[in-house]
Amino acid sequence: MEIVLVQVFNGLISGAFYALLSLGLAVIFGMLRVVNFMHGALYMLGAFGAYLLGVQLGVSFWWALIISPLAVAAVGFLLERALLRRLYDLNVLYNLLLTFGLTLVIQDAMRLRFGVQGVPYSIPAQLRGAVLIGFMFFPTYRLFVLGFSVLVCLGVWWLIEHTRVGMIIRASTENPVLTRALGVDVDRWIPLVFAFGVALAGLAGVLAAPMRNVSPLMGADLIITTFAIVVIGGMGSILGSVVTGFFVGVLSALGAVYYPPAANTLVFIVMAIVLLFRPSGLFGSPEAG
Amino acid sequence: MARRIGWAALLAAGLLLPMRVYPVLAADILAWALFATAFDIMLGYTGLLSFGQAAFFGGGAYTAGLLTQRLGVPYPLNALAAALAAGLLALPLMGLAIRRRGIYLAMITLAFGQMVFYVVNEWRSLTGGENGVQGIPRPALGGVDISSSTAYYYAAFPLAVLGLLLCWRIVRSPFGRVLLAIRENDVRTETLGYAVHRYKLLAAVLSCALSGLAGGIWVINHGFVALDAVHWTTSGLVVIMVLLGGMGTRLGPLVGAALVLLLRDFISTWTDAWGVVTGTIFILVILIFRQGIVGTIERLLEARTRPAPAPAPAVEEVASPHRS
Repeated sequence: MEIVLVQVFNGLISGAFYALLSLGLAVIFGMLRVVNFMHGALYMLGAFGAYLLGVQLGVSFWWALIISPLAVAAVGFLLERALLRRLYDLNVLYNLLLTFGLTLVIQDAMRLRFGVQGVPYSIPAQLRGAVLIGFMFFPTYRLFVLGFSVLVCLGVWWLIEHTRVGMIIRASTENPVLTRALGVDVDRWIPLVFAFGVALAGLAGVLAAPMRNVSPLMGADLIITTFAIVVIGGMGSILGSVVTGFFVGVLSALGAVYYPPAANTLVFIVMAIVLLFRPSGLFGSPEAG
Repeated sequence: MARRIGWAALLAAGLLLPMRVYPVLAADILAWALFATAFDIMLGYTGLLSFGQAAFFGGGAYTAGLLTQRLGVPYPLNALAAALAAGLLALPLMGLAIRRRGIYLAMITLAFGQMVFYVVNEWRSLTGGENGVQGIPRPALGGVDISSSTAYYYAAFPLAVLGLLLCWRIVRSPFGRVLLAIRENDVRTETLGYAVHRYKLLAAVLSCALSGLAGGIWVINHGFVALDAVHWTTSGLVVIMVLLGGMGTRLGPLVGAALVLLLRDFISTWTDAWGVVTGTIFILVILIFRQGIVGTIERLLEARTRPAPAPAPAVEEVASPHRS
């Protein structure tokens, strides 16, 4: 029983990363209709950002938590303006392919510079050790990651539900042509929303840096699991992406208790089952294609 | 007449290839040309962007490799078994994937590809995990020794050519015409009375089975197979080949496969930045060269003979809701 509870916590931690990543993907997809394959690579850049800031400039984890996502956002903004926007008139698959090409370049360039082994990044001093919750000790840093991601998800949800920018995002997710016709300058928001979405990936990367090995390929397989989560949840829903992220995290962790080799594959089996019974996803609308 | 000379020249080029490049690379080109051409049945002719083809190519490679290593199954039975295995694997996976379209199909196939990758990785007793399957022998073919690379090239050549002919036959059959209709407008094709779902499934299963055949030819060429054969980078590589050569054209995938492999071989002598190079090719093709090499040549030729507008490429006509 105890192992199950521990695994639920561990699952919530991986779920936090899935949630942050699929949330960013969902925001970007809603506004741009682009499935951003680069998301995993930008997550990796976020982690390296924290590492480089720390090693080169002595910047603390807390400042890195702000600066690194902003830097990733800047990278995203430039790539959107320079490359992605050229393909909006074409089939959406072309931007998936473009961001796939960019992923190969980014990952390989980082591999050439830093090698495949990766670099260590230590847990900030304030968050070392473990705390007693109920009957078990749980690493403080992991609890922080969980709490912080939940706060970020809630913040993004509030932003989308209660601000003017959020209203524009919701409106153009629903019907971009009509939103434009009503006089909203959707195009002006597109690069900013893209930058915001990838900043969430960068943020996830910084949070992952002290927990997982900072390496050029750390986002390579993660992005595909995130895609499966997006298919399970359905692309349309912000809330759906967060809930599904946590759900899949816990499910995989519990699966690992009963049959360890299935930990990685479980999410894909869930995806297959969802496709069988509800092809549009748990939170998706049926007409989405 | 000119057409016949062209085919004869192509056949001659194929037969002389091992004299220009080293035989292992030549046989690699055969295998990947078949893989890319088979994949184009889905991408170029049916409009299905699968991002998980490594599962079928790699799955075929593991099947042929294990059958040969453990049971001594000789060529070409091992390669044919690879095709069968890939086709059987495609039946449930693609059957589920084609329940969605477009961008979702791409993500679902990517995910299924990754699932196969994890299964191959975890099932160490069978697949060797990270070590892969090594030391796959190449038993004699009806008394003829094919252990040398050159001999194997000529043994693999007829099978690869048969595979290519089959691909070309499929897309030019009445069945292939329905696939084109599905590519252009699947809802309208459905209303015309075609069972679109079944057509898509059959196209996908045939394409994947032929990809498995390619994987079989490839693995016997190398004598080992490791995890990278089922990794998503392999799925991406075949997409690059098809786009570079020109999707929905007869020779495009073949040209794309040959060019990418020759380029990789050339580049590997002075840098290991292969990912940067392929990624850059990918970006350039997507941004400025979407018709691919053969697609561009065909359009130029067509413009010269009769000035009619070229048909739209496979997936371009569906504009996104933005900037419309």
